[in-house]
Amino acid sequence: MSRVLIKDREIVVPGEELIVGMDYLPAGAAFREKDKIIANSIGLANVGNRLIRVIPLSGKYVPKAGDTIIGQIADIGLSGWRVDIGWSFEANISMKDGSTDFIERGSDLTQYYNYGDYVVAKILKVVGPKIIDLTMKGPGLRKLNDGKIIKVNSSKVPRIIGKAGSMIHLIKEKTGCNIMVGQNGKVWISGKEPGNVILTIKAIRKIEELSHIQGLTDKIKEFLEGEKK
Amino acid sequence: MTYTKRFDGRKFDQLRPIEAKVGVVKRANGSAMFKIGDTIAIAAVYGPRKLYPSFLQEQQQAKLRCLYDMVSFSVTDRKRPGPSRRSTEISMVTEQALLPILDLSKYPGSVVDVFIYILQADAGTRCAGICAASMALADAGIPMKDLVVAISAGKIGGKICLDLNKEEEDHPEGATDIPIAILPREGKISLLQLDGNIKREELIEAINLVKKGSQEVYDIQKQALKQKYGGKK
Repeated sequence: MSRVLIKDREIVVPGEELIVGMDYLPAGAAFREKDKIIANSIGLANVGNRLIRVIPLSGKYVPKAGDTIIGQIADIGLSGWRVDIGWSFEANISMKDGSTDFIERGSDLTQYYNYGDYVVAKILKVVGPKIIDLTMKGPGLRKLNDGKIIKVNSSKVPRIIGKAGSMIHLIKEKTGCNIMVGQNGKVWISGKEPGNVILTIKAIRKIEELSHIQGLTDKIKEFLEGEKK
Repeated sequence: MTYTKRFDGRKFDQLRPIEAKVGVVKRANGSAMFKIGDTIAIAAVYGPRKLYPSFLQEQQQAKLRCLYDMVSFSVTDRKRPGPSRRSTEISMVTEQALLPILDLSKYPGSVVDVFIYILQADAGTRCAGICAASMALADAGIPMKDLVVAISAGKIGGKICLDLNKEEEDHPEGATDIPIAILPREGKISLLQLDGNIKREELIEAINLVKKGSQEVYDIQKQALKQKYGGKK
């Protein structure tokens, strides 16, 4: 019988022993060493039925195929764009995936996306650390023309979105702002009133700060209602 | 004359008071402060980020780059700013003390930069630097198997002591200083330097003393990390 050394939803640090015994499987930022399961990153431990998962609370974004991200155009080549996505290396949008329009060879690519533009893109495939292909073809994928971009830690993104989008819906509803969250930790906010945009940023910073506590949606609801008055 | 009572009244196996704080440098990816007695070390981690020049990039894993330095007001005589023979050596041994715990295979071609600065020096600076760096790396979210705990031991006038201060290091009868870094979970040693004369049995005694003291430092490190991320303990 396995011995569980920690409580559910406890903060663990690297090297902390979570479980002794072979009944559990490690997931997330945890690994097995002989008969012990050990955390390899600072995070929240989730003790399941047969699975122990450590959800990391810090760390750099690692690109994964299928993620929707917000990136900035860093360079324009002859046949595509290079995009800064917050990873060590830039990602690539080829001419073919750049737009639903047909782009003729040799045409001026700055017409579509210029240097410094922010785009919402989807990761098509990750071949290696230096070869990451993005696409702009898909619902909601576009260039961002107005609004404000803020940066949060990518490990906090699931909390900002909330369960089935509950948190993001709440903020959108209370502030009337348009929000888009990239998996790489870039958040785009656009609203008619500057006061509401500032309130949204405050709310997101609060989520980032309190991401480890339970019942966060209610807390943010209280906070937004208090600030509105 | 032998050393029978320590200058600051500590027991021979007692550490100086320790303080640790995580997240002291806001713009860094991870940072920590470690204070032991009057020695203060601050460490900041940047990255993983792109490594230039590109021929230095490693295809299988990220590279670790450490920089240890003392600020010019950290010692009684002004320390000349910039790298020196001593700081280059300590940067290298720090890197090698930290490497066994890190798993950098997730970030090929990148570099993890660790900057360690000593704000106030009162012996045991490289140990304080390693303790701070290991907390800063954990704060930056870099996968690691364990934390590193480093404490110095030494021999003063024939007596083995834990965690010397500057006064003891300059003891008139001569002191031997042994900085040791330990991986607390496995009990392995990742740094051991020795300056002076010591017998084999005395060295083993010193290592055992450090192993005993390391648990206390390890608990403080864990607590500081958990505090930043909202843990109760």
